[in-house]
Amino acid sequence: MTQSLATFLSLSIDGVAYGMLLFLISVGLTVTLGVMRVVNLAHSAFAMIGGYFTLWAMQRAGLDFFVALLVGVIGTMVLGAVLERTLYRWVYTANGLGQLLMTIGLAFIICAIAKHLAGTELQTIPVPQGLRGTWDFGAFSVSVYRIFALVCSAVVAFGIWLGLERTPFGAKLRAAVDNPRMARCVGINVPVVFSITFAIGCGLSGLGGALSSQILPLEPYYGLKYLVLVLIVVAAGGLGSLRGSLYAGLLLGLIDTLGRYYVPALGAFMIYLAVLAILLIRPQGLVGRA
Amino acid sequence: MKQVAPALRRKRLGMLDALLLLGAVATYFFADLYLALATSVLIMIVFALSLDLVQGYCGIETLGHAAFFGSGAYAAGLFALHVSPNPLLGLVAGALVAGVVGLITGVVVLRVSGLTQIMLTLACATLLYEAGNIAKSITMGDDGLTGYTIAPVLGMFEFDIYGHTAYLYAFAVLLAVYLFTQFLVNSPFGLTVQGIRENAMRMSLLGVRVGLRRLMLYTIAAALAGVAGALSAQVNNIVALDTLSFTLSANVLVMLALGGTGRLYGAVLGAVVFMVLSDRIAAIDPTNWLAALGVLLIVVVRFAPDGLIGVVDRFTARTRRPAPAVTTTQAGAPQATSTDKEVTP
Repeated sequence: MTQSLATFLSLSIDGVAYGMLLFLISVGLTVTLGVMRVVNLAHSAFAMIGGYFTLWAMQRAGLDFFVALLVGVIGTMVLGAVLERTLYRWVYTANGLGQLLMTIGLAFIICAIAKHLAGTELQTIPVPQGLRGTWDFGAFSVSVYRIFALVCSAVVAFGIWLGLERTPFGAKLRAAVDNPRMARCVGINVPVVFSITFAIGCGLSGLGGALSSQILPLEPYYGLKYLVLVLIVVAAGGLGSLRGSLYAGLLLGLIDTLGRYYVPALGAFMIYLAVLAILLIRPQGLVGRA
Repeated sequence: MKQVAPALRRKRLGMLDALLLLGAVATYFFADLYLALATSVLIMIVFALSLDLVQGYCGIETLGHAAFFGSGAYAAGLFALHVSPNPLLGLVAGALVAGVVGLITGVVVLRVSGLTQIMLTLACATLLYEAGNIAKSITMGDDGLTGYTIAPVLGMFEFDIYGHTAYLYAFAVLLAVYLFTQFLVNSPFGLTVQGIRENAMRMSLLGVRVGLRRLMLYTIAAALAGVAGALSAQVNNIVALDTLSFTLSANVLVMLALGGTGRLYGAVLGAVVFMVLSDRIAAIDPTNWLAALGVLLIVVVRFAPDGLIGVVDRFTARTRRPAPAVTTTQAGAPQATSTDKEVTP
């Protein structure tokens, strides 16, 4: 009895950690979708870029894990900002299909480049000494790294909320979203606000990609392989809703982890079934706008 | 500039259809070595036509159209394995099963719109993919469904190793599907569906049962995609899990966008260009193909949002009468160079 309870508890913690990482990877897409109304199918490719940058900073430059993480995030942000200023500007006014095609085209290109530079094998970012191992409490044990990832994501989530709700930049951003013309009239530089937002979104997904490489290993087709996962988190949460993405990430992470353990026959089936159920009951997502 | 009225004009079979027919016949006689490729192009045209019905004529956005292709393919494969090797009955089985899948998912998918709809189509298709992966005892999972035989078409024409029969068979099916879609989109039903695409609210005020029409169209298109899948199962003698994959859904969307949505020629042209290009470039290196495809997509979205057929349209409109040529020349020129650029790597 206690044994099964302990298993359930540690599975739940794993599930929550996985869910928080899902949230971290997809939150950037939530921002791009909700704020700029761009269906960015290249989003998970940015997560992959963040992961590869971090990996290279550790392998080639021999940097410490945490420094490399910073390098990875900043690198992804810079790349995101450059792409936003060049490619993404074209599709802001295009229809949904145009955005879909252009961004998936971009994802294809990034995949091809990653394959040329990094090769096809699966890679994970080595975990630093201090974060290895498990904490044991009797029958119940949790991986230290999972807890670290969980805390990181929670801090980021709180940071985003704080940034959006409590800072002048957040106020400008919300104004620019609600009414771009009016925002311009009161002196907000809307394109710059959007660029910064996009860059932050890319940086967040890069962080997510780097942190979650233990669960979702890096590979050239990462950007396409996990795209569906990112999209369903955003859709199940409600498009453009940060809170929704958080709930959906947690829920889907839990369902996936518990489902794979308790109902192994269904495997990856559970998570899609859950999404279907969520969207059937609430077509606008968990916290959808009407 | 683009008006709704010409889009609603009835189109009859014309010169372009004759040219396409000629091209297909010429392929049979002169491109003997490429018959296998040509056959898969024909199958993809059927598939793209089906997507065009959904996307171009009804404005339903989907990222999961492979669900119908795959269910049609598995239905035809399983039908040949367990029930009867008759190819035509197999086609019917594929169409029926895919149609039923379309009907069921349509009820779910058509309730919502926009991005949620895209996600739901994606979720439905992924569910089917995972189902195919899990039900190994029926679908053989990753190994692919094999070991079935297909009887000669109409009891006379046996499938030969050179692919002659396969090509002609696929061509006959394509012809039937093409004529059917041509008839469908020009029928009162097809016109109301296009009206719904333009303005659903107004159509419903006119007394059209919008939801029902969309569901009917979605089901019909699903059945056609099932026919394409069944064809592929019969011609290739294997049904792989790929037939249900996201990649296939994305590819057919790319074909349609490349050709141009809302026009049947667009589906034909896009599928031909996509398949031939992918065959040529992938022969060199699959990674290059992916990169080339990405560049191609970005260029098409940027410079030819109506697809290749849109470029052709503007070009023919210019030669026919002195139209406002300023935008036409600009948009026409870079497209030609961009496609040239794609062929070279």
